[in-house]
Amino acid sequence: MSLLDRHLAFLQALRDAGLPVALSEGLDAVRAIEALGLHERETLRAAYSATLLTRQSHRPSFDQVFDLYWPAVVGDGYSETKSTTEGGPDGAFRLGLPEDPAHPEHPTPLDDGPQALADFREALATAMALGDPDALAVLAREGVQRFGRIRGRGPGEQRWSAYNVSNRVSPGELVAKALAGIGMSDPDEDPSLRRLVEAQARAFEDLVEAEVRRRAAEVRGPQHVARHTVRQAVEQIDFGSARRADLELMRREVQPLARRLATRLNREQHQRHRGPLDFRRTVRASMSSGGVPLETHHRPRRPGRPDLVVLCDVSGSVAGFAGFTLMLVFALREQFNRVRAFTFVDEVHEVTDRFVPGADPATVLADLAASARHASLWGRTSYGRAFTRFAEQHPDALTPRTNLLVLGDARSNHGDLALPVFRDLVHAARHTWWLNPEHVRNWDTGDSAASEYGRIAAMVECRNLTQLAEFVHDLA
Amino acid sequence: MTSPWFESPADAEKRLGAVGYLADTATATTAYLAGALEKPLLVEGPAGVGKTELAKAVARATGAGLVRLQCYEGLDEARALYEWNYKKQLLRIQAAGDQAWDETHDDIFTDEFLLTRPLLTAIRREEPTVLLIDEVDKTDVEVEGLLLEILSDFQVTIPELGTVEAVRRPLVVLTSNATRELSEAIKRRCLFLHIDYPDSEREREIVLSQVPEVEDELAGQLVEVVSRLRALDLRKSPSIAESVDWARTLVALGTGTLDEAAIAQTLGVVLKHHSDHERALKELKLRTR
Repeated sequence: MSLLDRHLAFLQALRDAGLPVALSEGLDAVRAIEALGLHERETLRAAYSATLLTRQSHRPSFDQVFDLYWPAVVGDGYSETKSTTEGGPDGAFRLGLPEDPAHPEHPTPLDDGPQALADFREALATAMALGDPDALAVLAREGVQRFGRIRGRGPGEQRWSAYNVSNRVSPGELVAKALAGIGMSDPDEDPSLRRLVEAQARAFEDLVEAEVRRRAAEVRGPQHVARHTVRQAVEQIDFGSARRADLELMRREVQPLARRLATRLNREQHQRHRGPLDFRRTVRASMSSGGVPLETHHRPRRPGRPDLVVLCDVSGSVAGFAGFTLMLVFALREQFNRVRAFTFVDEVHEVTDRFVPGADPATVLADLAASARHASLWGRTSYGRAFTRFAEQHPDALTPRTNLLVLGDARSNHGDLALPVFRDLVHAARHTWWLNPEHVRNWDTGDSAASEYGRIAAMVECRNLTQLAEFVHDLA
Repeated sequence: MTSPWFESPADAEKRLGAVGYLADTATATTAYLAGALEKPLLVEGPAGVGKTELAKAVARATGAGLVRLQCYEGLDEARALYEWNYKKQLLRIQAAGDQAWDETHDDIFTDEFLLTRPLLTAIRREEPTVLLIDEVDKTDVEVEGLLLEILSDFQVTIPELGTVEAVRRPLVVLTSNATRELSEAIKRRCLFLHIDYPDSEREREIVLSQVPEVEDELAGQLVEVVSRLRALDLRKSPSIAESVDWARTLVALGTGTLDEAAIAQTLGVVLKHHSDHERALKELKLRTR
C-alpha cells in the first residue's frame, strides 16, 4: 500500500465514521504534510487534525481512526518500549528483545500467571497515582499482550480482548490502592483527588481498548476495524445504543447545547421583531412627505412564548432518551412561559419540581429513574391507560396556549390505545409533537402503534442529540 | 519574497516561547502551517485558554503588525470593511463652488475620503500583518458571507474604486467560543485548532513565565488544585487566565504555601459562580472560616 493509498483509505475511513471530509480538505492535508515532512507521528496528527477537522466533538473518532491507520508501533512493539516491570522477579520477562520476524503470529507468550498479575497491578497502581500518561500507555500495551490474548477462530490466529484485560486487572479496584500509595488511607478523604485517580483508571481502559483495536487492525486490516469499532461523535450516537461513558458525555453536552440553542433562538427573535404593517401610522407619517409613504411603520410583534407540557414514557427502554429530552427542555426554560413535565408507564406522575435551576443533572436523571416507580402500577407500558389517566387527573394542564410534547416509542404492549382520548388531548393543545427514539424503519413493527398515533399528532424521529437539537429549535 | 512566518514547527515553538507564549506541539505545528499554506486559522476552545493571545504572540514573534477586528452582534460592513467619509465628501462638494459635477464626482470617491476598517486595512498593508478576527461566533450570518470572500481570495471589491487585492497576504486568526456553529464554508477554508486546558506540567511553566515572582513550589500546588477543580462538574471551569490571576493574587497577599485557609480565602479569584464555589468547598473538604 503506497502512502497515497494509505492517505485516501484514511480519509474514506473518516467519512465512514461520520466526519464530513471535503475533497479540498484532503488536498490541504496533502499540502500540509508536504510542508511538514513525515518525521514525527504527532506532527502528522496535528497536520491532519488542523486540515480535516471542523469541530471538536469529532476529535475522539478522528483519534481512533488515526491510531488505526498510523499506528505508533507495530506488532508487540518491543524494540521501542521499555516496560516498567523490566527485570521482574522470576526472570521470565522477555522485555527489550526484538520480536522474531519469522513468526510474528506466534511470539512466545508472556507470563500471565498470578505473580505477573500482582506485579502488573502494582506497577499500574503506581502509574495511576503518579498520573504518568507515558507509563500508562506502556502498561496498556503490556497488559493487552499479557492478559488480553484469546484464541482466534482460524488456526494460529491471534486475537485480543479488552474485556479480558479489564476483567483480570480490574483497574477500578486499584483506585483505593493508588490513593493509599500517595498517603491517603481513607479513599473518601478527598473526593476531588479520588476523582482524578478514577479518571486515570478510565484512561487506562481507553488505552487498552485502543491497543486492542490496533492489534486487531494488524490482523484484519484497519478498514475492517474502523468500520466496526470506531465510535461516532457524541451528538450522533443513538440514545438506545449509548454506553455508560457515552451517556456521561451526552450529559455534559446537554448544557452547552441548550445555551447554543438559546442564543440562537434569542437572536432569531430579534431579527423578526417587525410585525405586520401599521396602516394608520404609516399614512399619518406620509403626510410630512406629501402623502408618499416613504417610511413604513409596523406594529410590534406580540411576544408569544408558549406553555409546554411534556409527557414522557419512562419505561426501561426509552428512559435514557426521555431524561435527555426533559433536561434539554428544562435548560431552555426561558424560551417557554411555563413547563410542566409528567412521566408515565401506565400511571401518570408529575415531575416538574425535580428540575430546580442549577441542580446537578446526574441527580436529576437518577431521580427521574426513581420516579418510574410512581408512574407504574403494573409495570407494563400502556399508552392508552396513561393518556386516560392524564386526561382525568390533569384536565387543566392543556390550554389553547399549550404545546404538548409526547416522548416515547409508542409500544403499548398491544393494549388499548385510547385513540379518542389522545385525539381530545391533541385538540385541547395548541400544537402536539410526538418524539420517537426509534428509527423510522422500526415503527409499526411488533407492538408499536406509531402510525395510529402518528395520524393524530405529528410524529418525529429523534434518535440522537443532533436530531433533538433540530427539533427543539423548530419548536420554540 | 521570503515568508515572514515560521520556518518549521520547532521554530514556531521556539519563537513563540521567546515572546512568552508556551505552545504545545499541535499549536506550534498549526501556527506554522497557517503561515506555510497561507490559510486562515480558526481557533476554538474554552474561554481563557489563550486563543486571542496566540494571535498576539504570533504577531510579536514574527515582528508583524496586528490588526484586530472585534466581532459583536450587529457588526456590519461599514464597521468591518470600509465606509465613505460622507461628512468630508459634503464639505468637498460645498467647497467645489462652480466646478463641474463630473470632476467633483471623481474627486470625492478617492482614497482621501475612504475610511478603512480593520479588514480593508489588513489587506492593504504592505508590511507583514496578522489579522485577528476575535469571537467570530458573535457575528451575524451576513458578516460570515463577507468574511468568506476575504478569506478565500484576500480581495475586496469597492464599487467606486474597483477591486483591492492584498499586496501581501495577512496571516488570519479567527477565534471562536463555539456559542454558535459557524458555517461549513468558513470552516472548510480554515485550518482548525482546538486549544484545551494544558497538562499540569505546561500550566506550571505558563504560570511561572507569566508571574515570575511566584515560587516554584507554590505554582506546583496551585496547578494541582486547579486541575482538581477542573475534574469537578462546574458551571465554569477555571482556565489558564484564572490560574495566572490566582498566582498574582497569592503573590500580592504574600502567601507562601497554598493551605486550606489560603484556598478558602482566595477561591473567588478562580471560581466565578456561587454554586461552583460551594461545590468546590464541599469537594475539596474545606471549611470556610
